[in-house]
Amino acid sequence: MSSLGYVTPQTMQFAEPLPLQSGAALRDYMLMYETYGTLNADKSNAVLVCHALNASHHVAGEYEGKPKSTGWWDNMVGPGKSLDTDKFFVIGINNLGSCFGSTGPMHTNPATGKPYGATFPVVTVEDWVSAQARLADQLGITQFAAVMGGSLGGMQALAWSIMYPDRLRHCVVIASTAKLSAQNIAFNDVARQAILSDPDYRGGDFYEYGVVPKNGLRVARMVGHITYLSDDDMAEKFGRKLRAVADDKVDKEAATGAYKFDFGVDFEIESYLRYQGDKFSEYFDANTYLLITKALDYFDPARHHGGDLSKTLAATRAKFFLASFTTDWRFSPERSQEIVKALIDNRRQVTYAEIDAPHGHDAFLLEDPRYLNLVRAYYDRVWNDINAVKEAA
Amino acid sequence: MNFDDLSAARPDLAFIAHWVPANAHVLDVGCGDGVMMDYLQSDKRCSGYGIEIADDKVLASTRRGVQVVQQDMEKGLALFGDNSFDTVLCLSSLQMMKHVEALLRDIVRVGKEVIVSFPNFAYWPHRVALLRGRMPVSKSLPYEWHDTPNLRCATINDFRDLAHDCGVEVIDCVALAEGKRVDFLPNLRGDLAVFRLRKKAH
Repeated sequence: MSSLGYVTPQTMQFAEPLPLQSGAALRDYMLMYETYGTLNADKSNAVLVCHALNASHHVAGEYEGKPKSTGWWDNMVGPGKSLDTDKFFVIGINNLGSCFGSTGPMHTNPATGKPYGATFPVVTVEDWVSAQARLADQLGITQFAAVMGGSLGGMQALAWSIMYPDRLRHCVVIASTAKLSAQNIAFNDVARQAILSDPDYRGGDFYEYGVVPKNGLRVARMVGHITYLSDDDMAEKFGRKLRAVADDKVDKEAATGAYKFDFGVDFEIESYLRYQGDKFSEYFDANTYLLITKALDYFDPARHHGGDLSKTLAATRAKFFLASFTTDWRFSPERSQEIVKALIDNRRQVTYAEIDAPHGHDAFLLEDPRYLNLVRAYYDRVWNDINAVKEAA
Repeated sequence: MNFDDLSAARPDLAFIAHWVPANAHVLDVGCGDGVMMDYLQSDKRCSGYGIEIADDKVLASTRRGVQVVQQDMEKGLALFGDNSFDTVLCLSSLQMMKHVEALLRDIVRVGKEVIVSFPNFAYWPHRVALLRGRMPVSKSLPYEWHDTPNLRCATINDFRDLAHDCGVEVIDCVALAEGKRVDFLPNLRGDLAVFRLRKKAH
C-alpha cells in the first residue's frame, strides 16, 4: 500500500486552441492530472513532476479498489519521502498524445467526428510544456518551487527552465539529456518501424477495425526495454539461463544445456522480454508510442542556437539539480555532464550527482538510498529556499 | 556558518579563508563535506562549486547547500573554462591524486588564483618516525602505510620545485601547525603546507 493512500485523477478542459511547434493547433483538448499534498496560501510550494515515455499523471498513490495501481514514482513522492507531500503540493500531468486520459490519438477529432489516429498532430516536449503551463495558470500557480522529471520527463523540466525561466525556482533533471544521440534515434526508429509495418496498424486507424497492432508494439517495447537495462544487469539477472519447459519452474537439466532446436523461447531473457512486450501491448497505444518517440527525437533546444547549449541555457534563471547513473547507456552521464557544463558556463547554481548503480537507465525509477537521500537533501534546500523568500517578502 | 564555527571545526581552513576575497567565484576541488564552500557562501558571499567523488561527501555538501559536482578529479577539469574562477581551492586533496602535475596545471588554467594545501612530509615528527625506521603516522598523516589514500608524499621544498616546473608563480607559501602559521623553520615545524599560486605573467 502506498503511504499516500488512495488518490483520484482530475481533468481540465481547454477550449482555446494550443498552437504547436509543427504549426498545427490542438483545439478542445483535455488534460488529466493528479495532485498530492496541499497548495499553500501563497502557492509557492507546488512541484510539477513530468512523466517519461510509458508513464502518466499517476505519479504516486493508489486507486481505490485497484490493489496493483501504485503510481510510477511512488518511492520518490509521498509523505516523508524524498519529494515530501507533507511539505510540497505535487502535480502530475498526463501529456497530450498519451493513452492514459489526456487528449490523444484514440480520442475523437472534433473536426472529423472520428478518432484522430495517425492524424493526431505530432507534439513536442515544448508543446507539452506549453500545455502544462496552461494547467498551472488555471491552478493559479505562477511559479513552481520545482519542476522535476526523469528521462523524457527531465527533458520537459529542462524545457521549462528555458521557456518559462521565471516560472520555476528549481529544475530537477534525472537521467536525461539535452538531445538524443544518433544511436538513441536509431533505436526509436526501429521501434516505430515495428509498429508501422504491423498489418494491424492500418495506417493508424486500427481503432475503426477493432484491431490492435500488438506485434508491432511488442517488438517496440522489447527493443526499448533492452536499452533501459545495462549489459551487466542483464547478465546478472538472466545470463544464458534457459527457460524451463514447465511454467515457473526452473528446470535444472535445462540449465545444463537442453536446447529446443526451434524458434520458441529458449533463454530466460527471451521469455522476460516477450512477457514485457505482451504486457505493454495490452495497455499501450501504438499511435502514442509513435508520437512520444518522435517527441524524444525532436528535442534539441540548442538547435535554435547553432547547437550551442551554453547559449541556450543562458535564458535559464532556475537552480538545478541533475543526477545520472553510471551504467545508463541510453541517457549516459556524459549527456548530463553536457548540461552541467553549459550551466556552469552561465554560472548557474547546479548540483550534480553521478550515481554508481548497476541498473542502467531504469535506475532512476528504482529504490537506491544514495539517490533518494540526495534528492531529499536537495528538496530540503528547495523548501528552505521558498521559506527564505517568504520571510524576505 | 560563521568564522568562529569554521575556526573551531577546521583552523587550517579558517586561515586559508582569509586569502579568498569576498564575493569571489570559487571552485573547491575535493570539497569534502563542503564546509569551506558553506563558510565562503554564507559569510563571504562567494559563489561557485565544489567537486567531490565520494557519495557520502556529495550528500553532506548538498545538505550544506553547496553546489557540488560529483566527478573524479583525476579526469581533470574539462567542465570548467579558462580563468572562470577568481579562486580555485585544492585543500588536502592533491596528495591523493595520481596525476598531480596534470591536475595542478588544470587548476591553474581555470583559476585566476589558486590555493593548494597538503600535508608536509618534512614535518619534524615525520622525520623522527623515519629515523626510527617507521612510516610517519600523525594528525596530518593519520593513516597506516597500507591504507592511506595519500598517493604522493611531498615537502614544502618539493612542491615549490613542481610549481616552478609547471611555470606557476608562488605568491605566498605558508606552513601551518595545528592551523597556526609557522614562520621559523616552516618546512620542519609545519604539518600543513599552503601555497598561493597564479599563472606566471607572460
